[in-house]
Amino acid sequence: MFRNQYDSDVTVWSPQGRLHQVEYAMEAVKLGSAVVALKNKTHAAIVALKRAPNELSAYQKKIIPVDDHIGFSFSGLLADARILSKYMRSECSSHKFAHGEDLPVNRLMTKVGNRMQLCTQRYDKRPYGVGLLVAGYDDNGPHIYQTCPSANYTDCKAMAIGSRSQSARTYLERNLEAFKETTLEELLKHGMRALRDTLPNDVNLTSKNVSIAVVGKGQLFEIFNEEKTQAHLLLIEGEERRAPVPSSDSASSGSQPPQDGPGAPPSDAVPAVAMETE
Amino acid sequence: MSSIGTGYDLSASQFSPDGRVFQVEYAFKAVENSGTAIALRGSDGVVFAVEKLVTSKLHEDGTGKRLFSIENHIGMAVGGLMADASAILDIARGEARSFRQSYNVPISLKYLNERLSMYIHAHTLYSAIRPFGCAIIIGSYDSTDGPQMYMIDPAGVSFGYFGCAIGKAKQTAKTEIEKLSLKTMTCKELIKEAAKIIYMVHDELKDKQFELELSWVGKHTDGKYEEVSKEVYEDALKYAKASLDDDSGSDGE
Amino acid sequence: MEMKQHNWIPGNFKSVPDIGRSAQNDSVQHGWTPITTTTSVLGVVFDNGVALAADTLTSYGSMACFQNNPRILTVNKNIIVAASGEYSDFQFIRDAVEEKVRTEISLNDGISMKPKALYTWLSRVLYNRRTKMKPLWSTFLVAGIQNDEPFLGQIDKLGTAFVDEQIACGYGAYLALPLLRKGIEEKREKSNSKLTKEEAVDLLKKCMEVLYYRDARSHDKYQIGVVTKDSVEVLDLALKPTWEVAKLVQGYE
Repeated sequence: MFRNQYDSDVTVWSPQGRLHQVEYAMEAVKLGSAVVALKNKTHAAIVALKRAPNELSAYQKKIIPVDDHIGFSFSGLLADARILSKYMRSECSSHKFAHGEDLPVNRLMTKVGNRMQLCTQRYDKRPYGVGLLVAGYDDNGPHIYQTCPSANYTDCKAMAIGSRSQSARTYLERNLEAFKETTLEELLKHGMRALRDTLPNDVNLTSKNVSIAVVGKGQLFEIFNEEKTQAHLLLIEGEERRAPVPSSDSASSGSQPPQDGPGAPPSDAVPAVAMETE
Repeated sequence: MSSIGTGYDLSASQFSPDGRVFQVEYAFKAVENSGTAIALRGSDGVVFAVEKLVTSKLHEDGTGKRLFSIENHIGMAVGGLMADASAILDIARGEARSFRQSYNVPISLKYLNERLSMYIHAHTLYSAIRPFGCAIIIGSYDSTDGPQMYMIDPAGVSFGYFGCAIGKAKQTAKTEIEKLSLKTMTCKELIKEAAKIIYMVHDELKDKQFELELSWVGKHTDGKYEEVSKEVYEDALKYAKASLDDDSGSDGE
Repeated sequence: MEMKQHNWIPGNFKSVPDIGRSAQNDSVQHGWTPITTTTSVLGVVFDNGVALAADTLTSYGSMACFQNNPRILTVNKNIIVAASGEYSDFQFIRDAVEEKVRTEISLNDGISMKPKALYTWLSRVLYNRRTKMKPLWSTFLVAGIQNDEPFLGQIDKLGTAFVDEQIACGYGAYLALPLLRKGIEEKREKSNSKLTKEEAVDLLKKCMEVLYYRDARSHDKYQIGVVTKDSVEVLDLALKPTWEVAKLVQGYE
């Protein structure tokens, strides 16, 4: 029934000092559609791929605003992301109420991290099955933070998570040097290109399946509407697409339910989709 | 560990037939997988040094710090699961805060150590919570007690130390630490040695990139815990690299 | 809470209820008077900073009880706070503020509190306490630099908060505020500019002298705190009072 005898609960250490339940929760992040986040000197941006769960459904919202200066996109369990968003919103608003100013991004992340840690240590809880890419702006400038179900969080120059996101990370790493000094428009182009690299050849970015958000100096957190998204997509239209790099995380793509890719664990151990992932 | 897989190693609230609590022992392994952290207690303070492994180019410089300040005068180095360590950091700061609220004096390291050890140990007693996957070193300086340092392991066991190490290369690091005459050395000397040890024990083959973290608390910082200044850091780094180059010829470290 | 019904109607003097005993009618006496008090605080904004002035006397009723109780608090590199009213309430807030600052230093994230944040926080705390009918009997002046601009605000025991270029509380509001306004106005008329730091400090000194002669709860030793973009300082000052004119005052014996 289990892949090994140490993976039944979050409270069980394996002889190697690993927490299998937490590691499995990390897998849930790879099931969601890809998200890219990156920043230059003044702005942080999120470019995310949206999915439509079925033919009758619209593309589901992928970017969640938290406060005027913070928002995030996620990959994994949508319901878990919503719980975290509620927590983050309440932390931001109580800080704003008490101090009359925005909660610094790093301090919010510390709180989120500690909250997420709690459910990696208790028998009656499970880790959050969601990874976040948080974009925010404060006195220290723009920030991109990544969180994991393991409750670790990392301050990033740029990052991509979600299904087939390795190709996006490869793109980001290759172009990392250019980001800092570039304009917001160029930054978004990089973001869209990185996201496009995660797509199979027969799928392309459209104003329907892409969601873009920016935050930065003099710019409150804004999720672009369809029109604005389209205008930005036009900027990279017609560019030759790079051959997709073989991705190491071979989870699902597009709007299909997650399938086992080559090298994936035996099918009985794959967490069946008990909850819809986005 | 012949008892692995016999079913006596699945719960922290269960002994194996030979009297061991395997879940706690497994938690130690999580610490052994982490980057090395050392702390040295000299004549006038405590220095901390951490080998912070960098896992991705995309990470911002300085992220994932493993040296923290608990209170004005107390520093902490951690190894193991970072999320667990931050949770303990939070608890430690709470202890320091509530002590000060009650008595209006800074918490003593001895007492903080006791409280944290108890907290960590309490996590090894029940099946419903798992033991912490991290070890911590705390150090402080004040004019009455002088330099103080303790290390707490995932079992909640703690001792006072002159020099200690946690993480991947703790054995090699300990061997190096033993060569120093800690009791007579000052922070300014020790910080260089600490940097050198971290550089020495770093395994370039397994972990490519790492950042060195250095901090201290002592007489010279007026009893305040702080990251070392840029000049001190650069000096220590230079010393570490230089002495490593010398060594590599002779004993092939 | 269930309200106790009293069968007493006005005019029935044969059975007057014992309304003074709270246990019988579930009432709690609120309202409170300060015991150990401090008097005025003055604050004035000048061209590139803010200055506060307050004496160091704590009175017990009309007795000049403690003569060396400073009440200008240096919060961090760009905030100073001064309080007037119940001294123990000031101490309570001071401890809480110092705790906030210590926590911030421990975080070591390059972000430090700004005056407007502290001003807002104080207004929340004081208003909250007053709505509980347990007011902190103090008036606070917060001075500092907010995004390169001087900031001066006041919060009183009711939670009323406002920002201004010159503020005085206690007797100072009657005696010194007009002088502060006059000083600022004269400077503006003369050279269409704000006070300089020196002029602001001189103006405060003048006001403290006026207050000393007329406010019976004031003292000749006082402090002036000055915060500018690059510095915070608190000066210890003393008046040289002359009471020679006192004999000319007649008719009050």
